[in-house]
Amino acid sequence: MNLRRDVFQAIADPTRRAILLLLTSQSMTAGAIASNFNTARPTVSKHLQILTECELIKQEQLGRENYYHFNPNKMKEIADFIEPFRQIWDVKFDKLESVMNKYKTTQNGTKNKD
Amino acid sequence: MEQKTKIKAQDGKQELIITREFNLPVDLLFKAYTEAQFIEQWMGTKVLKLENKTHGSYQFETSYNGNVVFKANGTIHEVEANHSIIRTFEMEDSPIGVQLEFLDFEELTNETSRLTIKIIYKSEKHRAEQLKLPFAYGLNMAHNTLQTLIFD
Repeated sequence: MNLRRDVFQAIADPTRRAILLLLTSQSMTAGAIASNFNTARPTVSKHLQILTECELIKQEQLGRENYYHFNPNKMKEIADFIEPFRQIWDVKFDKLESVMNKYKTTQNGTKNKD
Repeated sequence: MEQKTKIKAQDGKQELIITREFNLPVDLLFKAYTEAQFIEQWMGTKVLKLENKTHGSYQFETSYNGNVVFKANGTIHEVEANHSIIRTFEMEDSPIGVQLEFLDFEELTNETSRLTIKIIYKSEKHRAEQLKLPFAYGLNMAHNTLQTLIFD
């Protein structure tokens, strides 16, 4: 059974984001991509497989080598970009809430002592 | 589960609307935006300057491992306590440009409140740059912050 892959799953991993960033500037072979990471080659291959399944990258045979290309069409929809942006704000706002709740508790503590 | 933070970015527009409901009285939510000590804690940035008054201005700076990674500044147009802030915001050295922000603070109950931020960019293209940013490196930063929060 094929697992359903989506763009968010693809970009949820820091190594996969780094691979995508590498490929935005040039097409590369799997070996060249792997040489940028300390991770084992099969791990990088697994990331490439996931990114390919999500159609964020495409493979193309050039001569003897298999090159990976970034597929910008998959990322151009604005909706794809909103989710990471939203998550950042969500984390920030959670932090705001916890900082202010902590402050509120200390305020109440001071009042009770008075 | 319903998402706490909502983002509205309509096609063909150069604005974004961010809304979030908080389990906080509105005055505490407002304080989080107007007192340097709180901004520093929740935004994880250093506040170099903050004048919360009409025609005031502000400057933030964030360092990571000893390097300045984020600098932002803006002018405060109007502040109405526990109600609204109108200001500009500019992330320095970024292609996003200056944005105009309308922050509305609303009381829902004694213990809950809602923040609505309307951001207007120079163009739709500038808005797209903002949305792409987390993809390029913002998420890595958020990821680092999260790790710091978890492991510290």
